[in-house]
Amino acid sequence: MKNISSKQLVSVGLLLFAIFVAAPLIIGATGRWDFYFTLTSVALLAIASAGVWLTFYIGRINIGQGAFALIGAYVSAILVVKSGVSFWISLPAAGIFAAIVAIVIGLPILRLRGVYFAMITLVLTQVVTLTALALPITNGAKGISSIPLPSGVSLFGIPIIPDFAAMESTKLAFYYTACILMIATYAALYRLVNSRLGHLCRSMQQNEELASSIGVNISYIRMVIFAISSFFGGIGGAMFGSIAQSVYPSSFQVADSVNFMLNCFLGGLGYVFGPMLGTLVLYFGWDLLFELGKYQLLVYSIILIAVIRFLPNGLLSVRIGKGASK
Amino acid sequence: MEQILANGIYLGSQYAMIALGLTLIFALMNVLNFAHGQMYVIGGFVTYTFYGQWGVPFVLALVMSCVTLAIIGALIEKFLFAPVIKGSAREESTMLLAAGIAFLLDALILLIFGEKQRGVPKIVDGVFNYDFRLIMPYDRILICVLAILSIVAFIGLMQYSKTGRALRALAQDRIAAQLMGVNVDRYSMIGFALGAMLAGLVGGLLVTITGVNLGMGGATSIKAFMMVMIGGAGVISGAIWGGIILGFMEAIGLAVLSQYGDITYLLIFVSLMIFLAIRPQGLMGKPWG
Repeated sequence: MKNISSKQLVSVGLLLFAIFVAAPLIIGATGRWDFYFTLTSVALLAIASAGVWLTFYIGRINIGQGAFALIGAYVSAILVVKSGVSFWISLPAAGIFAAIVAIVIGLPILRLRGVYFAMITLVLTQVVTLTALALPITNGAKGISSIPLPSGVSLFGIPIIPDFAAMESTKLAFYYTACILMIATYAALYRLVNSRLGHLCRSMQQNEELASSIGVNISYIRMVIFAISSFFGGIGGAMFGSIAQSVYPSSFQVADSVNFMLNCFLGGLGYVFGPMLGTLVLYFGWDLLFELGKYQLLVYSIILIAVIRFLPNGLLSVRIGKGASK
Repeated sequence: MEQILANGIYLGSQYAMIALGLTLIFALMNVLNFAHGQMYVIGGFVTYTFYGQWGVPFVLALVMSCVTLAIIGALIEKFLFAPVIKGSAREESTMLLAAGIAFLLDALILLIFGEKQRGVPKIVDGVFNYDFRLIMPYDRILICVLAILSIVAFIGLMQYSKTGRALRALAQDRIAAQLMGVNVDRYSMIGFALGAMLAGLVGGLLVTITGVNLGMGGATSIKAFMMVMIGGAGVISGAIWGGIILGFMEAIGLAVLSQYGDITYLLIFVSLMIFLAIRPQGLMGKPWG
């Protein structure tokens, strides 16, 4: 938008610097190469969480993002393995397929509100897992494994994306890809929220009947938003499948769907970058607690409960003042 | 056919009890209790410990399950849900809390009871066999009767006791109930404890048949959500109907569709979606409860 303050520019610059320069340097200095995988996961989960956040923005609690992530992962895997399509084509295809599924499913279920929508999306995750187990093309419980690494892309003979398989270490490449995707997602999200559509979404969040009575086409908007949200979920899932080089029905489960929702809550629902922060804190926190062994889940859940007990409006709400800037 | 009906009644009575607890908590506090399945598992483990390991009579073990869960539920409500509901800008924040509690209970179950599948000795031996058309082990019949009795007792409590009246008033309109002199904080706690207790009671009943393990929590919660959606959130009769309908659908599905593999739940979900498209508030629910 035109009225971006210099403060916002500085913080975005700092974020980009932290992602693309500082993080690799720190990892290189400390030798903790496993953090690349953690951070890549954070970036991808943040993409899917961005979708969940968007459905929150129209006042729906979405606990079904795991379903769309799984759909995306399978579409991409099937296209790459069975049809031999390049991964870079299968990635948007996965997102679009997830969006189409979202529209078909959304037609009935988007009429539900509040806990009803939350519950049915939760059930949806379980159903997609069951479908993946039952369908022949998804290979049942065995899943699809040994998915080839993304191949190179060149336009008019100029290589744009290098061949991942020819690299010594794909960790850095995947890290950069995931981060670029994440930044693109959040840029799109920011643009969307500050557009006319975003204003309409806010009106729906507050009162759907009122919005409808002043001429907002609520059924159209909630469909579009749900489709975009699922598109993000599909992209995140497809990329995840490509990094893990395998997809199973258990790749994304109900717990993952709940986690996507938690990321949004923890970061704060009023802030576009809330889900990014929430994902980072939750996933990194979980990873750091790994050394506690069997007490990992206990400590993690106690911290989670403590955070929500004392900061019920999300981490970003700690900022001084009302934190009204979006 | 008789067999399917009997299985349906048996499953339905168990499911209805799980859904009752969930819907009670939802009606009172507008909280979607993600930890309901975990509470059910704890109930199962408590009965397992008392009855299976220490040889305490089964009924006493069941009572211990109820008491444990009621205490857990009351503590969770008093120290976690009540302050968070007061302090948060959006009431959906309670879902994060509920999910956190589900994780916490999972962790506690893992540390205290371990991850193994546990079962207890049969409470009664023998199988009821009517002309080979209807075969039902006696312990299942006993559990089914106990479950139906508990449901009847619960409805009686809600309809005719002072506590029940206060809880129903609270569910209808919190502020109006407060104006009429209902101690809202206290009855919220009692209601939550009661909902948790029901989960524990089913856990204790079912441990004698299916056993209990750590992973059952999440799946149970999902089933409970489906039942509540069928019947309508926050309505007691709806929860019972939801439980019975899901129980029968599962029994019929498992009998008829078994040769096609595990697609019963897929079909149940698809029909649920069509049903909700026609009637979004469920069978008995208030619109946008």
